[in-house]
Amino acid sequence: MEKELRLMKGNEAVAEAAIRAGADGYFGYPITPQSEVLEYLMEAKPHERTGMVVLQAESEVAAINMVYGGAACGKRVMTSSSSPGISLKQEGISYIAGAELPCLVVNVVRGGPGLGTIQPSQSDYFQATKGGGHGDYHLIVLAPSSVQEMADFVDLAFELAFKYRNPVMMLSDGAIGQMMEKVWLSPQKERSKTVPEWATTGKPPTRERVIITSLDLDPMAQERFNQKLIAKYNEIREKEVRYEEFQCEDAEYLFVAYGTSARVCQKSIQLARAQGIKAGLLRPVTLFPFPVNRLNELADKVKMMISVEMSAGQMVEDVMLASNGKVPVYHYGRMGGMVPEPEEVTDFLKSKI
Amino acid sequence: MTEEILIAGFGGQGVLSMGKIMAYSAMMQDMEVSWMPSYGPEMRGGTANVIVIISDERISSPIIRHFDTGILLNQQSLDKFEDSIKPGGVLVYDGNGINRHPVRKDISIFRIDAAEEAGRMKSPKVNNMIVLGGFMKIKPIITLENVIKGLKKSLPERYHNLIPVNETALQRGMEIIREV
Repeated sequence: MEKELRLMKGNEAVAEAAIRAGADGYFGYPITPQSEVLEYLMEAKPHERTGMVVLQAESEVAAINMVYGGAACGKRVMTSSSSPGISLKQEGISYIAGAELPCLVVNVVRGGPGLGTIQPSQSDYFQATKGGGHGDYHLIVLAPSSVQEMADFVDLAFELAFKYRNPVMMLSDGAIGQMMEKVWLSPQKERSKTVPEWATTGKPPTRERVIITSLDLDPMAQERFNQKLIAKYNEIREKEVRYEEFQCEDAEYLFVAYGTSARVCQKSIQLARAQGIKAGLLRPVTLFPFPVNRLNELADKVKMMISVEMSAGQMVEDVMLASNGKVPVYHYGRMGGMVPEPEEVTDFLKSKI
Repeated sequence: MTEEILIAGFGGQGVLSMGKIMAYSAMMQDMEVSWMPSYGPEMRGGTANVIVIISDERISSPIIRHFDTGILLNQQSLDKFEDSIKPGGVLVYDGNGINRHPVRKDISIFRIDAAEEAGRMKSPKVNNMIVLGGFMKIKPIITLENVIKGLKKSLPERYHNLIPVNETALQRGMEIIREV
């Protein structure tokens, strides 16, 4: 089977890719700017195509707990929402992380705090990468910067989620969700028929009961579990870092940006280079694990780093930690649903040289 | 080749769908495309705009400030975006309801009375196809053949009987656009 070329919105690409990835279930609740995910799935009738269940829950809290239930049965399940809705899901996400279950949560970020705006933002970086819910846990966080990646990362997310028994978040934003680009869709995968041995699907006489829980009354046992999680996160840090570099070979000034901001920076680099300024970009594809080592290496080669984010300055803290004081690190950001224009990013760089 | 286009006008004027058909047609021609709408409160009445980028290279920022071509279909858009066109670029506008006409001397300005022509064709909905025809005449990037394919793909089948009138509209647009 060959790949199929389509012109799609990022949100639609996520939905179609979920069907094609052989997802078993999607549970969601509408919110701008990601409502097209649920709308597309409803219209595409995946139940007739693959048997995939699509359900509009009564709330975000219900949706994430349906994901929890589906994941506990070993199914490939997902939900999507936008910032305020993701906040509502945080309790469930913490439980899923605590129960070591795989799932995909898509956040098409909009301006905040509170209800904020419906325009694109990246102000949920801390929430996505540092926890979000309570307790010591991490999500694996993928940051698409094109409609193609919105599609491709669905499959990748399920692969990583099952490999590590860990929830994966796709941290997108309103621009990538609403924008149309061409996208090559993978052929339909069959839904998996194998049941993981940890799944709660009823106890046969041949084995002990399987228990899925995030509760432990014994603090010593809980600490051992915490240590197990740390070991898992360290393995993820070691093996799953993904990033992309643009014109870093001779760069003297390095932008660090993900998602829509990374697209803006590519144009800013063109503008800067046309004026003889050697700029480059490191685009983290995984925000957790963060490309710490590569940034540390680049800090030996460049004169300055600028974290460009649609936020008040969140990822900049990780850039500072990674570069470890070797070079000056600045933040340039727009907030509230404003997207930086390439010219203003180039101007900011020039103001710091 | 990279063509950065802004299309702006009233909601309901077919701004977003014109952009979509452009993007689809360019994709059929093996080019890279992006279509970035304003999706805020604007789309619930008032003004609508969309940035369409067509390129033979990977597209960097889908959100930009300066455009090769501005297709500005009402007074509000003309006032707001006339200055956003790159020097040497192209401005296309519909004279319908315009009191303050474009004034820049460093760009090529084309007028297309699409609303009037659509009225004459007794088919107000093909307004945007007349404008698109005009654009195709002055910037021959996408072909008529691919636009028709794009229409077939983006219109639900029950509206496919409207494709001939859309094709006529595209051709009328090519005929009536004029440089001012």
